[in-house]
Amino acid sequence: MTETLTHTAAPSLTDPRVLRGIELAWREADLLDRKEYEAWNALYAEDGHYVIPIDPDTTDFDNTLNMVYDDARMRGMRVTRMTEGYAIAAVDSATTARTVSRFLPVEVSDAEVVLRASQVLVAYKRGRHDLWAGDVEYRIRLGATAAEDLIVRKVVRLVDSEAAVPAAGFLL
Amino acid sequence: MTIEITASNVYDLAPADLVQDDRVAGRMYTDPEIFELEMTRIFEHTWIWVAHESELPNPGSFKSTYVGRQPVIVSRDRKGAIHTLVNRCRHRGASLCEKRTGEANGFTCPYHAWSYSLDGKLRGIPYPEGYEGVIDKSELSLKRLRTESYGGMVFATLDEDIEPLEEFLGDVKLWIDRFMKQGGGYPIKVLGTHQFTFGGNWKIQLENTTDGYHFPIVHRSWMASVDAETADMMSFMTDPEAVTHDLGNGHSVAQMVPEHSDLDADDGTEKLQDRFDELIADLRAANLSDSAIRKVVLAMHGTGFNLNLFPNVSMSAAFFRVLRPISVDRTVIEHVAIGPDGPDEVVGPVNRARLRVHEHFQGPFGFGTPDDAEGWDRVQRGAQGAPEMPILVNRGAAREKPSPEGWTTSHVTDETGMRAAYAQWKQMMSDD
Repeated sequence: MTETLTHTAAPSLTDPRVLRGIELAWREADLLDRKEYEAWNALYAEDGHYVIPIDPDTTDFDNTLNMVYDDARMRGMRVTRMTEGYAIAAVDSATTARTVSRFLPVEVSDAEVVLRASQVLVAYKRGRHDLWAGDVEYRIRLGATAAEDLIVRKVVRLVDSEAAVPAAGFLL
Repeated sequence: MTIEITASNVYDLAPADLVQDDRVAGRMYTDPEIFELEMTRIFEHTWIWVAHESELPNPGSFKSTYVGRQPVIVSRDRKGAIHTLVNRCRHRGASLCEKRTGEANGFTCPYHAWSYSLDGKLRGIPYPEGYEGVIDKSELSLKRLRTESYGGMVFATLDEDIEPLEEFLGDVKLWIDRFMKQGGGYPIKVLGTHQFTFGGNWKIQLENTTDGYHFPIVHRSWMASVDAETADMMSFMTDPEAVTHDLGNGHSVAQMVPEHSDLDADDGTEKLQDRFDELIADLRAANLSDSAIRKVVLAMHGTGFNLNLFPNVSMSAAFFRVLRPISVDRTVIEHVAIGPDGPDEVVGPVNRARLRVHEHFQGPFGFGTPDDAEGWDRVQRGAQGAPEMPILVNRGAAREKPSPEGWTTSHVTDETGMRAAYAQWKQMMSDD
């Protein structure tokens, strides 16, 4: 007798929906390194959140202090801050190069892809290289075409989120 | 006698001679030897802020932090007393606790398992027979610092002989009482802490919380992002009522929003800000009375002043800013978010809103902090140049007057608070 497979196979990296998610994560990383903040913000859904928590375990961002907890309104103001030329930290910000890799599909459906990844970013400013490393979780809403895919939630969990990090004029 | 600071004498002068009434030498930011002296003469001989009592809510609660460069554990024992203990085993010197906060029955060294109680007494030694006739356990307690509190603010000192905390605080106590009113009828608790570093000397940040002058310039980006009512509230540059008082012992208070200096003195005419409409609706749904709602909402931006305590903590509007010197050109800053402690249906919505207000300005990605840190980095870099040229702290020196209370007072954009801090620095760094 043949055994019937009842469980869903673990999502594969070759699944086209997963590939669309990875493509979007890489597009976002490139825009952030190039400081194209308006184009970056357009990758987020109107109900999307961009989060850098302090507490490494929390998912209750409302009731905890975060480094960043941006809804659409805060993201819009942040883009203005980073681009309008008043913020001296952004005007003279570090140059960054980031690698996002070790992608792991967590959930995959025709509507949404959830990916886990690691990010290593080096920020250079005035003779000093700072290292920013952490895990990233992306929740991506799939549109009718890849061009319409949007980030619903991105959570960056730094390895040193509970320690003192440099004050930053760029985004993770 | 005031000695003129020149290129040929700037490196020979004694530290105390580098502070004059209206100027300080740039060498004070850049000389590693001065930094070493500060760590002993100042940080080991005055009251250093170590915790807020709400961070130690229960018997067994602890927090690890620093007094100057010395690692300490602040703990609450079974009887409720708060202790500050050097975080160093009496055996071979290993650190006992590497967790920032938590609950424990005591502290056990990971190296040879010597164990200590919450008040630092040595309780247990494994395989004790080797110590028979060698040690007396009662003489090997953890090194304990004098620890005293006022208004929930916990301070410790390595100096057994300095004045009691309340004497050191003096007129500051009145302002601590006022600061704590931002609980809106509830006690204050710590909600969370941002930590960040900057590449500069600790005194650059000590100056900053009493520097009203930088606000509209460095924080233009934040001002542009807030609603008109908040921006208007922070427009103190030309408000003659906005003043800084020198409170003595290096402490000062900068009143940016004087109408919020005493949150109980509410005549009911100030309109609650529109940005808190949603919060007000939540509080109505929790059956809070209109007057109680008014109290907590008026306190949403904290009190209208920065209370700067020499040398390491500022009670700044709606948060605590704590500085920790790492080296002559590196400093760690903590921005501690606070809010009322009470029933969740009331303080839940209030504190969620306070957390968002805090995140908006503070922390390594806030709309305010990174710009401050850029300014401070630039001071450290620039101060390497022309060491004979002084750092000016003379703004408003000709318009200082005593207040009715007898405090030296000038406009909030003036440098009265910096002059107060440097006078205390000069006294503590003097060879006399």
